[in-house]
Amino acid sequence: MATKVYQCLQKIGEAIIENKDFLTDLDREIGDGDHGVNMARGFTEVLNAVPQEEEDIGVVLKKTGMTLLSKVGGASGPLYGTAYMKAASAVQGKTTLEIQDARTICEAVIGGIKMRGKAEPGEKTMLDAIVPAYDALVKSLEEGKDAAGCLDAMCQAAEKGVEYTKTIKATKGRASYLGERSIGHQDPGATSSLITLQAIRDFAAENA
Amino acid sequence: MVGIVIVSHSKKAAEGIYELAVQMAGEDHKIVAVGGMEDGSIGTDAFRIRDGIVKADDGDGVVLLADLGSGIMSSQTAIDLLEEDIEVVIADAPILEGAISAAVQASMGAALKEVVKEAELANKISKLG
Repeated sequence: MATKVYQCLQKIGEAIIENKDFLTDLDREIGDGDHGVNMARGFTEVLNAVPQEEEDIGVVLKKTGMTLLSKVGGASGPLYGTAYMKAASAVQGKTTLEIQDARTICEAVIGGIKMRGKAEPGEKTMLDAIVPAYDALVKSLEEGKDAAGCLDAMCQAAEKGVEYTKTIKATKGRASYLGERSIGHQDPGATSSLITLQAIRDFAAENA
Repeated sequence: MVGIVIVSHSKKAAEGIYELAVQMAGEDHKIVAVGGMEDGSIGTDAFRIRDGIVKADDGDGVVLLADLGSGIMSSQTAIDLLEEDIEVVIADAPILEGAISAAVQASMGAALKEVVKEAELANKISKLG
């Protein structure tokens, strides 16, 4: 029987793989058109490489990050790879997670992506989905919402973040070559981050 | 001698630049091409780059030349993944011209700082005189 963390990873991987063509189409508009293919390849490898019985969530996330680093190929490899490896350090040794852990995980992930991509919110990147989701999490925790409520608020904020990426121009990555012409298109990286969050929310709802 | 690592999304591009650099520096020099993914497809792999750095180092450090986008990010990740204590500098230079300038300097026995400086000067060389 696969562990819960593996099942959650499977849910994320399946969502990414299902959205392969959608992500690639988004990337074809403003980038080099490989985001969906690369992420789907990465997660196919992740689901093969991560041991299904491993209980330590830190170990699972670290293996996920390492696999993404070497199998994705594009910029999302080092970015998501670093994000998962930073998340791994934040939950090392844990075999279950509470919603409060999401805060530490998000902080580690955001720190990792900022460091690796030298990016800040507002530059049409993954951060434009993840940072608003983190802000919504902090607010929801303060309001005393339960896990489902927090995850819903995070997804809503990330959705808004993805919408926001349509209104701004890219200054990072291949899309920055397009400058003003990148306006009007949603960012593929922010979109795959939203898909990841939605998969986690759906998994939590099914396993509540 | 300072080692040189050439990182490209394309296996053929990395190997081609390697050939040109070796022509300048000589066969016995530590130049390593890391092109594409393990299966030969287009992309970069931080672990393969890390292994390339280890292979290129003989104690005097390594200068790394990379192409675009994830070439740089995967190289930075590779440096973070190093377990060995190796001094690595990513040169802010065009990959082909930078690799050749670095190869010439390194083969003359220049220190890492000098090799990087020379590679980065490749940005400023006018091709049309």
